[in-house]
Amino acid sequence: MRNILIIAKRELGAYFGTPLAYVFAVIFVGLTGAFTFYFGNFFENGQANLAAFFLYHPWLYLILVPAIAMRLWAEERKSGTIELLMTLPVTTTEAIVGKFLAAWGFIGVALMLTFPMWITVNVLGDPDNGVILASYIGSFLMAGAFLAIGSAISALSKNQVIAFIVAAALCFLFVMSGVEIVQNTAKLFLPDFLVQAISSMSFLTHFDKVARGVIDLPSMFFYISMIAFFLFANVVIIEQKKAA
Amino acid sequence: MTTLIEAEALRKCFGQIVAVDDISLTVAKGEVLGFLGPNGAGKSTTMKMITGFLEPDAGTARIAGIDIGTDPIGAKRHLGYLPEGAPAYADMTPRSFLAFIAEIRGYNGGEVKARADAAAEKAGLLGVWDQRIETLSKGYKRRVGIAQAILHDPAVLIMDEPTDGLDPNQQHQVRELIKAMSKDKAIIISTHILQEVDAVCTRAVVIDKGRIVADGTAQDLESRLEYHNAVALRVASGAGDKAKAVIERVAGVQRVEFTKKAGGAVSLRVYPKPDHSIAAPVAAALRADGIDVEELFVEKGRLDDVFRKITSHEGARRNA
Repeated sequence: MRNILIIAKRELGAYFGTPLAYVFAVIFVGLTGAFTFYFGNFFENGQANLAAFFLYHPWLYLILVPAIAMRLWAEERKSGTIELLMTLPVTTTEAIVGKFLAAWGFIGVALMLTFPMWITVNVLGDPDNGVILASYIGSFLMAGAFLAIGSAISALSKNQVIAFIVAAALCFLFVMSGVEIVQNTAKLFLPDFLVQAISSMSFLTHFDKVARGVIDLPSMFFYISMIAFFLFANVVIIEQKKAA
Repeated sequence: MTTLIEAEALRKCFGQIVAVDDISLTVAKGEVLGFLGPNGAGKSTTMKMITGFLEPDAGTARIAGIDIGTDPIGAKRHLGYLPEGAPAYADMTPRSFLAFIAEIRGYNGGEVKARADAAAEKAGLLGVWDQRIETLSKGYKRRVGIAQAILHDPAVLIMDEPTDGLDPNQQHQVRELIKAMSKDKAIIISTHILQEVDAVCTRAVVIDKGRIVADGTAQDLESRLEYHNAVALRVASGAGDKAKAVIERVAGVQRVEFTKKAGGAVSLRVYPKPDHSIAAPVAAALRADGIDVEELFVEKGRLDDVFRKITSHEGARRNA
């Protein structure tokens, strides 16, 4: 636990020691605002909620989270620091969880910086703040799932661009698997139970419930298991590279 | 003597290529082992396996008696390692980087600062204490790597090319540092600078194509050369043939050959029979016959030549 925190602290320092943190936070906050007002028709809806704001989170994460995740391991491998890290007295799991938590915490900070949206909607009307809180938690968990996928992919390559593209493509699949077009295409050549399985893996389907403000335990559990599974895959990949 | 580093029949293949083939070695407390070999011989791969960064295909390694395969964390606590190229987090300063290393090495509170300061001072880093590592020169980056490796005063120190990229003064400093620490540690350094072996190592291991081809002190290695302890001498060119005839009659002489003729003088090299010391008898015989010797010395053999002899495959083929 101590080692996880030390590694997470170092990583967080690296985010804020470089322009990365500021660029990411500004773009994230800017884009969520732009999407909410221009595409989400926040004002025209005339409703005191943040549904229009949360609606676009999966799509923003699709691009922005792999951008954070791509450097997690690819950079360590490229610069050789992985050799330093892995010959210090820390386990692979500690290193992976520490780095993951730092990146996740950083995304959490960016998410919190969208608080003016929450103030705006509270000034304009009388929203259900419980719903908004639940949506924030759901959004944060979904970001964690995207990040775990990106972290595992990042361990496969020392090239950050490849890590970004592959992670974004994989995240895209997870988002899209709930969309009707994909479902209908899958139905053509896959048995029903598989189509069901694919649809149940959809980030979008799960996030829909969350964005409506339901504290949907199966959805929360889904995101947490996605995080656990891909971090485990991450450990396997790092250990595998050690033997190869 | 306590054995602190043990490698047992290490083997590693990358695809079809056998990078390390059955390497075993031990290093005791107080020893500095020079790990020599041409590029691609498997030096770094062997070190990566001993330090637990790579898993061997076969064999194992122990650090301070702890198996790196079964108890990696326990073994790594006793290990300081400078990887090839001295990687460090580029966005940190030496101060924050060494503090991170001290924390992960288990130090708390004031100890973190004390350890980091002491390591930085030994490695000569205080002048660049607050500069980002990516802005440092190659020599300073190397010193950051060395400071990181010695921070916790480990029983075992493994350094991959510790003086690569340093200027002669810095090389000297690092060698002095290694020598100063060697008394109570077991140290492996890989290098391709042969003077370094003479300067700091108590023993040298030469590997080539993943196998150990020589293991001994620098003198042991030098004695492998045919002309080790041979006598080189120079006489006036008119006296060359006479000198050769005289020397050939001296007991203990294997053979005599001319090496070069220049400026009215001729050089000869006299090879001794094994375990014979021939400098004095040869000089005496020449003097007895009234031949003036302009120069006479005993050849020691140079480590470069040993290195070339045992690792140059082309040379071997040409001689065959």
